[in-house]
Amino acid sequence: MIRLGIPSKGRLMGQTFHWFSERGINLVRSESDREYAGHIEGIKNVQLIFLSASEIPRELSAGRLHFGVTGNDVIQEKLVRFNQLVEPISELGFGFADLIIAIPSFWVDVDTLDDLDAVSAQFRDNHGYRLRIATKYHRLLREFLMQTGVADYQIVDSQGATEGAVKNGLAEAIADITSTGNTLRANHLKILSDGLILKSQATLFKSLMAEFSQEENQVANLLVKKLSTKD
Amino acid sequence: MTVLKDISLEAKNLAAIFEATGAEVVEMDFLQISNLLLDLYGEDIRGRAFITNDPVYGEMMLRPDFTVPIVEQHMANNVSPARYTYCGKVFRRQEEFPDRPREFLQVGYEIFDGANPAKADAEVFSLVNDALSGIKVRISTGDIGILMAAVSSLSTTETRKKSLLRHIWRPQRFRTLLNQFSGLSSKPHPIKDAKEYNKIIDKFEIIGSRNVREIKERLQQIKLESETDPINSEEVKILDDILSLKDKCTEALRYLEKLSKKMPGIELTVENFAKRLTFLEKNGIKVDLLDFEGSYGRTSMEYYDGFVFGFYSETHKELAPVATGGRYDALTERMGPGKKIPAVGAVLRPDLTLLLRENYHD
Repeated sequence: MIRLGIPSKGRLMGQTFHWFSERGINLVRSESDREYAGHIEGIKNVQLIFLSASEIPRELSAGRLHFGVTGNDVIQEKLVRFNQLVEPISELGFGFADLIIAIPSFWVDVDTLDDLDAVSAQFRDNHGYRLRIATKYHRLLREFLMQTGVADYQIVDSQGATEGAVKNGLAEAIADITSTGNTLRANHLKILSDGLILKSQATLFKSLMAEFSQEENQVANLLVKKLSTKD
Repeated sequence: MTVLKDISLEAKNLAAIFEATGAEVVEMDFLQISNLLLDLYGEDIRGRAFITNDPVYGEMMLRPDFTVPIVEQHMANNVSPARYTYCGKVFRRQEEFPDRPREFLQVGYEIFDGANPAKADAEVFSLVNDALSGIKVRISTGDIGILMAAVSSLSTTETRKKSLLRHIWRPQRFRTLLNQFSGLSSKPHPIKDAKEYNKIIDKFEIIGSRNVREIKERLQQIKLESETDPINSEEVKILDDILSLKDKCTEALRYLEKLSKKMPGIELTVENFAKRLTFLEKNGIKVDLLDFEGSYGRTSMEYYDGFVFGFYSETHKELAPVATGGRYDALTERMGPGKKIPAVGAVLRPDLTLLLRENYHD
């Protein structure tokens, strides 16, 4: 039985259903749509598993899912050496989001990472603690700032409403995903001009850790083949 | 694979070498309060250390090294001179090298003694060298102190020097800054007219802890920086000469002595280097065969600020260094303001030394 992980909520789920149906594959949720399970019309031996998009990376890397749909931002954040654990099969063309660093718009002296680094030093001298950046993308942010040589900051965990973190006094800057930038502007933030950490979109991943029996392999190949052609 | 029981025995043998000097044997807690480590290493330490939580103390780390807690304890007791030795496990996350162990034994030795730093440097190095006799190693040495002295003696503003010194351990950013300050980078800062920018601040809502005064202050700094003359190319060349220096210690010393004629600010640190070599020679180290690199130690933990060294396996190049060490005077100042004491130390990895001993069979 092939186990396919699908985001369980909201627009991402709807768009995933639509993307599959455009390729002749109809995902069917179990009759009670309170139940987080389902199947594919006309293809036996595929079980749909509805999960939070942020849990799909873990399940793929543990081999408990054969396939899964989620953003490559969460894959790269949650999985060390992700390319040894999962393989991207197809980018789905929705769920676009850029992981960026944003700072208050009134910081007119700051435009680049160079500025951010200089401001971190100034801030630490003046305030006695390291400049706080709120994010849920701890690893991606840390690696990015290490590579680009920004020092004297600290990461503050923020699992939601991150754009409000500065206004609410929790941080001096944020790292978060954005698509239009409207929420950032509404929260008096602007994006660092060279602060793009990652471009993300919804992607179908295959687990490199899951076992595929001969039969499962056949179903998997059929599925991948069907998905590569739009009806 | 090496056997844990054998590693413990190897560790005991190595520890005996340090204990024979009369050093005090110390033990440290496994759990360390995160704040101190974060203040010293910055956020990067979270990528290297295992983190846990205590309901009272908050975030704690499984000790990623011994040096920091030892310095902390030494500064609290404040009895110098002192020699310490220890043997115990440290814990490291391995995101970059998943095949490396997460916990391993370290045997270490630390000297807190300002009487004769060059002699103390040689003492630590020679003990490590003796402990590793019989193992084929490649040795790297360097001196961050010379580099820092060179930066400090540049004829330019204190602000620039402070920025460069802050990034000694981040070669890429150091280079970016040096290029900016020496007029090599063609990209001027986009913000030139501080007055214009002062005006537009008011168009935005003021949020967060960084205040308008700080922004105006920095706009002023950017303006001053754009009006400051570039660092002259002679001096930048000397700095580059030091950074790219790779030679045997004896030759490197001769070369640095020549450079110090042109840049007197490094004279004192070059003299220290000469003294260190004399003491190393006295201890039987062949300094004419010992490698020196002007940039060595710049990408490691950022507390070393003088002599630095590392011993690497010649036969197993994929392994982490078998031993590393160096001088960390500034760390003692940061952890005990006003009580700075010259300090130098080293750690050995018994799991690796055992693996590399020729008579050890799998």
